[in-house]
Amino acid sequence: MIKKFDKKDEEAGSGSNPFQHLEKSAVLQEARIFNETPINPRRCLHILTKIIYLLNQGEHFGTTEATEAFFAMTRLFQSNDQTLRRMCYLTIKEMANISEDVIIVTSSLTKDMTGKEDVYRGPAIRALCRITDTTMLQAIERYMKQAIVDKVASVSSSALVSSLHMVKMSYDVVKRWVNEAQEAASSDNIMVQYHALGLLYHLRKNDRLAVTKMLNKFTKSGLKSPFAYCMLIRIASKLLEETEGGHDSPLFDFIESCLRNKHEMVVYEAASAIVHMPNCTARELAPAVSVLQLFCSSPKAALRYAAVRTLNKVAMKHPSAVTACNLDLENLITDSNRSIATLAITTLLKTGSESSVDRLMKQISSFVSEISDEFKVVVVQAISALCQKYPRKHSVMMNFLSNMLRDDGGFEYKRAIVDCIISIIEENPESKETGLAHLCEFIEDCEHTVLATKILHLLGKEGPRTPSPSKYIRFIFNRVVLESEAVRAAAVSALAKFGAQNDDLLPSVLVLMQRCMMDSDDEVRDRATFYMNVLQQKQKALNAAYIFNGLSVSVPGLEKSLHQYTLEPSEKPFDMKTVPLASAPITEQKTEIAPVATSKLPEKLAPSRQDIYQEQLAAIPEFESLGPLFKSSEPVQLTEAETEYVVRCIKHTFAAHLVFQFDCTNTLNDQLLQRVLVQMEPSESYEVVHHVPAQNLPYSQPGSCYTLVRLPDDDPTAVTCTFSCTMKYLVRDCDPNTGEPDDDGYDDEYVLEDLEVTVADHIQKVLKPNFGAAWEEVGDEFEKEETFALASVRTLEEAVNNIITFLGMQPCERSDKVPENKNSHVLFLAGVFRGGYDVLVRARLALADGVTMQVTVRSSDENVVDVILASVG
Amino acid sequence: MESGALQPSLYTVKAIFILDNDGNRLLSKYYDPELYPSMKEQKNFEKNVFNKTHKTDNEITFLEGMTIVYKSSIDLFFYVVGSAQENELMLMAVLNCLFESLNQILRKNVERRSLLDNMDGVFLVVDEIVDGGVILESDPQQVVEKVNFKADDNPLSEQSVAQVLQSAKEQIKWSILK
Repeated sequence: MIKKFDKKDEEAGSGSNPFQHLEKSAVLQEARIFNETPINPRRCLHILTKIIYLLNQGEHFGTTEATEAFFAMTRLFQSNDQTLRRMCYLTIKEMANISEDVIIVTSSLTKDMTGKEDVYRGPAIRALCRITDTTMLQAIERYMKQAIVDKVASVSSSALVSSLHMVKMSYDVVKRWVNEAQEAASSDNIMVQYHALGLLYHLRKNDRLAVTKMLNKFTKSGLKSPFAYCMLIRIASKLLEETEGGHDSPLFDFIESCLRNKHEMVVYEAASAIVHMPNCTARELAPAVSVLQLFCSSPKAALRYAAVRTLNKVAMKHPSAVTACNLDLENLITDSNRSIATLAITTLLKTGSESSVDRLMKQISSFVSEISDEFKVVVVQAISALCQKYPRKHSVMMNFLSNMLRDDGGFEYKRAIVDCIISIIEENPESKETGLAHLCEFIEDCEHTVLATKILHLLGKEGPRTPSPSKYIRFIFNRVVLESEAVRAAAVSALAKFGAQNDDLLPSVLVLMQRCMMDSDDEVRDRATFYMNVLQQKQKALNAAYIFNGLSVSVPGLEKSLHQYTLEPSEKPFDMKTVPLASAPITEQKTEIAPVATSKLPEKLAPSRQDIYQEQLAAIPEFESLGPLFKSSEPVQLTEAETEYVVRCIKHTFAAHLVFQFDCTNTLNDQLLQRVLVQMEPSESYEVVHHVPAQNLPYSQPGSCYTLVRLPDDDPTAVTCTFSCTMKYLVRDCDPNTGEPDDDGYDDEYVLEDLEVTVADHIQKVLKPNFGAAWEEVGDEFEKEETFALASVRTLEEAVNNIITFLGMQPCERSDKVPENKNSHVLFLAGVFRGGYDVLVRARLALADGVTMQVTVRSSDENVVDVILASVG
Repeated sequence: MESGALQPSLYTVKAIFILDNDGNRLLSKYYDPELYPSMKEQKNFEKNVFNKTHKTDNEITFLEGMTIVYKSSIDLFFYVVGSAQENELMLMAVLNCLFESLNQILRKNVERRSLLDNMDGVFLVVDEIVDGGVILESDPQQVVEKVNFKADDNPLSEQSVAQVLQSAKEQIKWSILK
């Protein structure tokens, strides 16, 4: 059947768009001919096309007009024109959300879905499922089951895919079709096989045993569809990851065997799966890398892109494994697809030798302006990694980065550059001055407030310690004159740091501060006034406490405490020590150097983990009187993986108590646990005060129970203890199918692993940006020093890591990084002990036969010093 | 979230769109409701993608955290979008299937005018290839059979000479401009 548009359109020349000047109202007017008898299929088809086109262009249809058109459309089911009927299905799907009462077409669609015309059946199923809800689904369940196992492939596929869409909404109904899906999975048609596999996995993904069985079956019987193979590889690698299965597992063998599949898609999927596996050795990677190497010379751009993107990933962890591909990658650096070229160069930068760096950098600067911001970020990240590897190259890099900084680019790109320069400055002290100079130049013309404040903060931290701090003052004060409020405030804080550290600059800084006190913004004025007064005291301790190392409390916690204080006014002054501390920011992990979905990362708006716990614990009446939460530990697993019950414990430390939170999960679908509590037997004089049981623990829904323990008050040095734990509960067996529990149950218990409380549980990490100042501030009143020999430790790095994890304190001044080829190192640690006492540790390490360590501890409380030294010993 | 491994899922395609040589939308389908939920965001994304891709025939690119495979024909641009970790070859399979199917129903005449004249067929083809983000069919032959659509048959006699000339001119223009 032929369809014609108005002659007028056709004559307007081939450049015109017959849909260009469509008016919604005119089209809806035209839709009245749907009601004419006999139906003119060609004209009706044309009008439906126009309606769908308008919807696709984002035209808004009101509910009434949409409903009217929809109802008129239903008449078209009387026509037997194939294309017209298919367009009706499309219209139903498009209008499902805007028109009312779409379910009116249910019977027509059900008729088509079970009818004789195979062409209609698949599309009818898909349209029907689009408008169906859970209750209606049960009415068509019988037809769906039949359709899934239908011998016509398009019908079966449509039914399977529609079922998959419905899983989200009506899991309970769809899961009853597992047997039909199973039957469809052995179909000869490749797409049916793929869809059946997808549906089966979605229905079973929470049941690891069933997934394993399914994998076994399909990996043995083999599949025809390359898509299904890809799916199977993903399932297998996920299962491997979850079970931490070794690489001798049959699943790994299966993935490896897929490297020899005849479809490139499958080969690539398998190679990519192997590359992404954690703890893969170079030997296991080799076959995957060699197929990727082959793909590098493919004529298909997509395949080259895929290969080089994956090699880039490998290069991050195993640069040596990729060196074999260097020649192929060299060929790609002039690829006309700039994305491929960029990835090739950044990979080479990771695998190549120091001598090739200059050449590659030159190559990349020739086209850096042509590539998208995403890839520029990749380049910057590669440079950042390179600087860590070849610190001597930092001058080349710094030059390149400063050029990039001057180019146009979005926020993400600029931020990556700034972060990279900052990390270079931190890694290489000799690059500090050039780096700071570039950044100073950048903030002279920087539209991003976040970056400007970040750089000002850095200038305040690093600037005063450079040989000629005075040259930065101009840049900083320019910001006070020219920028927005946030930047001005940051500039004032930076100025104060110069004044506090450099006595000869102090008079000039005070003059500048004076001027800032006239600022139009409250925050800027407040800061200037505050710093002015502190600086005028000329006291080192004050400077340390209020200028270098700011507050270390959690801001939401402070807000809450202050609010509480204003609600219950008392004679006592507000005590800062009652405010929960902010957990030290976890040093940003090196971001993956690959195209990353940077724009999709959610900003950190959520309250910190500790604030959430604080809230949860405060809601339990038994814990009301404990005071503010001091610290929450990382979860500790108390059971093996894959046991009947999974229990992990989080230790919450309060001023004089510990609360153990046990997160329990019941993995048995035939049991309901009730009144679950964990009984603890302490090894020391700790006293178990109270249990808060979890009332109900149904299958796979995690629940928490708590145990409250009082710390011994007669002996403040007793900080470590071992608890033996037993979980006690009432079991009620239930029917695994219906989930109905029996009326009566029986008591049972389950022995958990022992739980240790260590000194780290009593110390909160606090970052002191200026450790020296803090060290002086605390003073040597309770200083103690002792020397230890760590015989079992072989390297300085190992020693440093051991101390940090053992004490649970925050390393300062980047002293956790041990420079290479050094025989001695000084580690600075800062923290706050339970009760709010500052603790600072300076550990001098020397490497001889073993590692010798001299530990100096300062604190505002003598007991704390003793505790730390005793625990180290 | 950024872990390289993909969750095993059939939801492969995030979006498909066809643009003309001015970057105007002729057809688009977004399958992931979280990706560009509003029309404005969608059109903005399409504009960005078009600006980055229309001058170079590169087949694949990476933009706004998404892998995009594309192909152009005379005055049309076809795009298939997937997540950053998606198997690029799967996306290519979808793109090739889309292009080949349209090539057949439009009788090797894959250009804007003929596409618009057979818009109903184009809608049906896309509907047969991807359903809600799941690849429904990847074999163009199967798709064409299922759609069973006859293109608007414009025998040459019906076309005026001027029109033929015009379309020839257009084609030459575009091949030069590229």
